[in-house]
Amino acid sequence: MAKLYTRDTQAIFWNNNTTAIQRMLDYDYTIQRKTPSVAAIVAPTSGSKFEKFFYGPDEIMIPLYKSTAAAKVHQPQADVLLNFASFRTAYDVTMEALNIGGFSSMMITAEGIPERLARHMNAYAREKNVIVIGPATVGAIAPGAFKIANIGGTIENIVQSKLHRAGSCGLVTRSGGLFNELANIISINADGIAEGVAIGGDRFVGSVFIDNMLRMQENPEVKYMILLGEVGGTEEYKVIEAIKLGKITKPVIAWCIGTIAKYYDSGVQFGHAGASANNQMETAEYKNRAMAEAGIHVPASFNDLPNMIKKVFTDLKLPEIPEPEMKVCPSVRKSKEFICTISDDRGDEATYAGFPISSLATPDTGKGIGDVVSLLWFKKQYPKWATEFIETVIKTVADHGPAVSGAHNAKVTARAGKSVVESLVTGLLTIGSRFGGAIDGAAEHFKYADDNKLTAAEFLNHMKKLAIPIPGIGHRIKSLKNPDLRVEGLKKFAKEYFPATPLLDYALTVEQLTTSKKENLILNVDGTIGILMVDMWRALGYEEAEINEFISSGTLNSFFILGRTIGFIGHVLDEKRLAMPMYRHPMSDILYDVQVAEKI
Amino acid sequence: MAQKSIREYDAKSILAKHWNKYFPDFTYAYETVMVQNGSELAEAAKTRAWLKEKTLVAKPDMLFGKRGKNNLVLFRDTKPGDVSLAKAVSWIDEKSSTLQSVYFSFDGDKPTGEAKTGMLTHFVVEPFTPHLQEEEYYISATCVGDNDMLYMSAEGGMEVEEGWDEKVTEVAFPITDTEEEIAEKIRANIPSDVADADKAKFAEFAIGFFRAYRELNFAYLEINPFVMQGNKIELLDMVAKLDDTAGFMMVDDWGDVEYPTSFGMEEKSPEVLAIEDADSKSGASLKLTILKPEARIWTMVAGGGASVVYADTIADLAGIDDLANYGEYSGGPTTSETKFYAETLLDLMTREKDAQGRDKVLIIGGAIANFTDVAKTFTGIIQAFEEYAEKMKEVGIRIYVRRGGPNYEKGLKDIKEAADRLGLYIEIYGPQTHVTDIVRMALAK
Repeated sequence: MAKLYTRDTQAIFWNNNTTAIQRMLDYDYTIQRKTPSVAAIVAPTSGSKFEKFFYGPDEIMIPLYKSTAAAKVHQPQADVLLNFASFRTAYDVTMEALNIGGFSSMMITAEGIPERLARHMNAYAREKNVIVIGPATVGAIAPGAFKIANIGGTIENIVQSKLHRAGSCGLVTRSGGLFNELANIISINADGIAEGVAIGGDRFVGSVFIDNMLRMQENPEVKYMILLGEVGGTEEYKVIEAIKLGKITKPVIAWCIGTIAKYYDSGVQFGHAGASANNQMETAEYKNRAMAEAGIHVPASFNDLPNMIKKVFTDLKLPEIPEPEMKVCPSVRKSKEFICTISDDRGDEATYAGFPISSLATPDTGKGIGDVVSLLWFKKQYPKWATEFIETVIKTVADHGPAVSGAHNAKVTARAGKSVVESLVTGLLTIGSRFGGAIDGAAEHFKYADDNKLTAAEFLNHMKKLAIPIPGIGHRIKSLKNPDLRVEGLKKFAKEYFPATPLLDYALTVEQLTTSKKENLILNVDGTIGILMVDMWRALGYEEAEINEFISSGTLNSFFILGRTIGFIGHVLDEKRLAMPMYRHPMSDILYDVQVAEKI
Repeated sequence: MAQKSIREYDAKSILAKHWNKYFPDFTYAYETVMVQNGSELAEAAKTRAWLKEKTLVAKPDMLFGKRGKNNLVLFRDTKPGDVSLAKAVSWIDEKSSTLQSVYFSFDGDKPTGEAKTGMLTHFVVEPFTPHLQEEEYYISATCVGDNDMLYMSAEGGMEVEEGWDEKVTEVAFPITDTEEEIAEKIRANIPSDVADADKAKFAEFAIGFFRAYRELNFAYLEINPFVMQGNKIELLDMVAKLDDTAGFMMVDDWGDVEYPTSFGMEEKSPEVLAIEDADSKSGASLKLTILKPEARIWTMVAGGGASVVYADTIADLAGIDDLANYGEYSGGPTTSETKFYAETLLDLMTREKDAQGRDKVLIIGGAIANFTDVAKTFTGIIQAFEEYAEKMKEVGIRIYVRRGGPNYEKGLKDIKEAADRLGLYIEIYGPQTHVTDIVRMALAK
């Protein structure tokens, strides 16, 4: 891997750090990336499924996941982990991600991870061939391609420091604050950075100077390197060694800060945790001298670093880098209050999930109401068998006569002189766990039994323990001998057109057992619909978690609501047509049992 | 700093607390007590019979070694091993009541280098343990480079440092070594001078010691010497450092441990302690070290790296005699945290005028911030200016500001306006000016 990141690199961001993520997206927009650099956010305690961010003037949604594992399953292409967990959890997050696999690099921002844990983590990452940047770092950047979180600061500073496009310097520093400063100096005295890494300030960091510089040696965009070291540690000597062995041949400019440390005893801690000289070799002066002796360009002081950069860069006589076009993020942006992901009325013609209404509406399009439902409810083009099944369901549940409670309510309201919509909603408001709810219930419980591999007998036992009659089982009069033809029709359709019907097959084994106890304990129409909906979604490739969510969010009942609305409106119009008077329930039909209230 | 020295008494207490886990085949009496003066020792004797029943050894417990050579180990009254409780009480009272000079390095028995003077405030008292020289051993562990190191010697006591190469066996362990690999390696590397009959026991002790070092998150652990008599262990002298970043997960394992300042270093001033306290409560980083409070250049620099660069530059251009403090604030401190930090510095800075009558210099420096809101942190500094403006003018302070990053234009404009309004001398610079160039400008004037 000669380059740390490309324009296609995407990251999983652990912790919903919205400011840092917005900075990344502003950068992406500015450099005109095709995809956002953050593919997913891991937010274990969040109840939301996405977070809104600006992408230039517009807003986009980035999915949230509860775990790194879930994020990786859904965004397998994201091979960078940006670990923004606290020092208490950063170790666990890194180790988990290393075990999940599929990451090429990880950045860890926490400062003060226990040293022994940091050493374990770094060694394990090395074993897994994963580049670790940090801990205790602000990150890394491949200008014009990918930028981690806050590195480079604001978008204004990024453009000012020419971090929006690749230059020719490979920059490695310990300090994150000075990284920015160096980027600024390099933009003034040379032509910017090709790749830059702040390796982190803790004593034990993952990738060290040499790891990054050997990669930069292979990166053709990098023409020379700058190393900003610190008092403490011996990492700079590995670079000297690599130069001596000819492994690094590009020019290197270097400076170690912390020359002041020699004046004070070890009681004064200058800078980062890693910045403490345990012996003479680790002092800044000693390292600066050793680097100069190895042929590295070492200035006389930090103040002289800009001149040194200018000189080395000028001597390289590199061709000028063309300035690419940039987009500019608007300075004032307003977050949208509402989100719509199903239809759009901004163009010439309104669309349903991207399809103009005219392409769906007329008979010659070959599209039916099932197609409209699949687009507007599920944002997918379902195959013919599925849309026809949806239509079959709607037709099947459209009405069940005037006596059921919903229709009765609608009729009574209509007779009170109320409008169609008022009468309709009184009927609809009756729909719930007792009226129509068996569809949801059947799907939920049968699926639970099937998922947990319960035998029919175990399932019955399970429901007995819950003290719930099995939803979707039982009919007032119908039995195996006198089957419900609506159910037969649905089953026949499914058997003929569904790729497979595992849950229906399971339900039928349950029905065998229940009907052996009592004849009318058959799989009824609600049960059949709920169960076949699950089979339909399974055959369409939905994940079990998504199907569970359809069930818990009431999607199944929606089919009942939609279908039965046709029937309710029929009953209301019927009342209007008949001009029926106000209804009063006969007193003879009410059992009056009123006692005088006791005093307490 | 992640690695912090702890007292010998605390080191022994931590090992004693976990003794049965790491040294199940050995016993350790854990007869040790820490006192600050003689009467505390007399008081301790009421609940610890051994202080009255046994003869004693007493020594300061203040992070420094070479106590024997400094004549600060009490183990004889008229002859070795005859120190009574009464003698220990009077000796501690005597040593703690007057300034003591301590040398840190010796050539043979002759002190070299300069002594540090200070008050002795903490003593550890233990029973005198008669034993043979052959029963003394040395063991220590630490991390060097990427490896853990275990050092073992059949020869304990202070002689060990003179002749390290001949006497000490060094064993290196990569972090990836398993429990079994470690044990095997230790068993294979027991110093040859350890008597054959004792080798197995020594190995078991070393394995337990090295596991305690790792699992209890010591950064350095040394027992020099320990005495092994059969299965009985005595820890005669210990030095230990903890990795304090592990503190959050070691609360119960470490118990109530303190991190004292080393002897002769000035006790931390209330200001430094207040900053440390604020730092520990904040997600941001606030650090302050006072180097020379009467010096004229004070720094208030954002960022761990930038603060070092400023200190380097001041040392280069002015010399360290002019540098009053070292410190940094970073990681996005709140306005009130910055105000507190600035007030602490201004308070220290305005206590006295410069001895030579020059203006004092306040460097408010920093690199180009990644995410710290410059205007917000400067608001805290401005509020501190408002509190201290009169004192600042009295002492004579010139302020030099250089900063970049989010909202820096507003930050610079605000601080300039405030200083002008308050009648303070100020110069402000943004990212176009080299980060440390304000040091040169301040000194040129």
